Amino acid sequence: MEKRFIYADNAATTKVSDAVLNAMLPYFNEQYGNASSIYGMGRNAKRDLEVSREKVAKALSCDPKEIYFTSCGSEADNWAIKGVCERLAPRGKKHIITSVFEHHAVLHTCEALERQGFEVTYISIDENGIINLDELKNAIREDTAIVSIMYANNEIGTIQPIKEIAEICQEHDVIFHTDAVQAIGSVEINVKELGVDLLALSGHKIHAPKGVGALYIRKGLVLPNFIHGGAQERNKRGGTENIPAIVGLGVAMEEVTTGIPQRVENVTKLRNKLIDGILEIPHTRLNGDREKRLCGNCNISIEGIEGESILLMLDMYGICASSGSACTSGSLDPSHVMLSLGLSHEIAHGSVRFSISDETTEQDIDYILEVMPKIVNRLREMSPLWEKIIEAEG
Amino acid sequence: MLYTDKVLDHFTNPRNVGELEDADGIGEVGNAKCGDIMKMYIKVKDGIITDVRFKTFGCGAAVATSSIATELIVGKSIDDALKLSNKAVVEALDGLPPSKVHCSVLAEQAIKSAVTDYYTRQGIDPIPIVGEVGDCDACHH
Repeated sequence: MEKRFIYADNAATTKVSDAVLNAMLPYFNEQYGNASSIYGMGRNAKRDLEVSREKVAKALSCDPKEIYFTSCGSEADNWAIKGVCERLAPRGKKHIITSVFEHHAVLHTCEALERQGFEVTYISIDENGIINLDELKNAIREDTAIVSIMYANNEIGTIQPIKEIAEICQEHDVIFHTDAVQAIGSVEINVKELGVDLLALSGHKIHAPKGVGALYIRKGLVLPNFIHGGAQERNKRGGTENIPAIVGLGVAMEEVTTGIPQRVENVTKLRNKLIDGILEIPHTRLNGDREKRLCGNCNISIEGIEGESILLMLDMYGICASSGSACTSGSLDPSHVMLSLGLSHEIAHGSVRFSISDETTEQDIDYILEVMPKIVNRLREMSPLWEKIIEAEG
Repeated sequence: MLYTDKVLDHFTNPRNVGELEDADGIGEVGNAKCGDIMKMYIKVKDGIITDVRFKTFGCGAAVATSSIATELIVGKSIDDALKLSNKAVVEALDGLPPSKVHCSVLAEQAIKSAVTDYYTRQGIDPIPIVGEVGDCDACHH
């Protein structure tokens, strides 16, 4: 078997697309002006900055004035949640609602606010990785400042009922923020139809470069300034704009929000082949709802072996993937997402995530499916835990 | 997180992996909840560890520390094997990332656990010689 290179970790980051790269290149050493400068090159930078804002706005069906560029998705999440809390706390609103399986950009922001005296309610998810709407309704209080629920989960790819959540929030007059970092390009998003107040996105998950993101802030909602400095981003976020990256983000948003249904259909077909193929290995389970999930996400737990070992072996075969095991989370506990699904620690330790893209081919899937049983058998052969599982089966 | 070439080598080509059917001592440490279990089999003749095998459930470092630990004790006397510290295991691997040092502790404990079983089978109280074999401290949440 010939060793190949297969990138199946698109939920971690993506390759910059050719169109994005080509659009960005002139802004490094030809059109390198500061968008705040008065001369021609500066004015060009300002113009192209605004063109990019229009592209992002069009991709989300909103007004360009509602788009603010940030350095990443995490910054957008931080700004949204801290901003709303800072604004509403003086009116006695010091309660936040989020879910147990949010990205750390949201969870750790909420925890930081908890230390400042805010109260946080964490909504649970069901065994399929979808949040419980009744629990959300019951959690809303008079003093709730913001609800922050992710559009789609980064580890298990489950897509949340964002429109329903937005309706509940509107009924109760509560601001709703969604971290849509994983969803962009896999789901058609019209922020006006959805009814969200704030939406965070990131460039590097959608074939734009690292170091750029954006926050949609609904017109009428005024957030405090996030970075004090110059007049950039309508005085809200100081700091010279990262024009090359912002231009890249604009092109990427255009690219990934075009032809979504066809792409989702194609990627889903390959993804399902991958899921079904791996599930043929005994003692495996798919994590997260099979239907309400991002087209590129395949997250499977493999009993008796540990995730990091699987990743190291996959790497030997040239396959890039990721895991929710403790060893990859940098702590002794498996990922909070795996545990919030109700999985035992040992099952959570053995999770592996493949996130494919529209560049993934059928041959790539065949290769992964050829390699996986070999890896699993090899690791199980040396696993005392697997020995116990087999013994228990009799 | 970066593994040394030595760690990757021992993960990719683990030495002495498997079981010993006629082992004189078998030790097992760690637990599935923490994500590491090491099982060690030793064959002993005249106080010398003549053969050793291991099975490990765990991350790359867990496999590599088990593997190198077996190399470090085979052919050694039990007394010398008991002197093997987790630090020596880390050094033999040219270092481990800080979050993985607990794996080397587990490897040290796995040897002690196997020797404890050996003495117990011989009708010798292992505690005065080996001491209490605990689980990896790092695993206590």
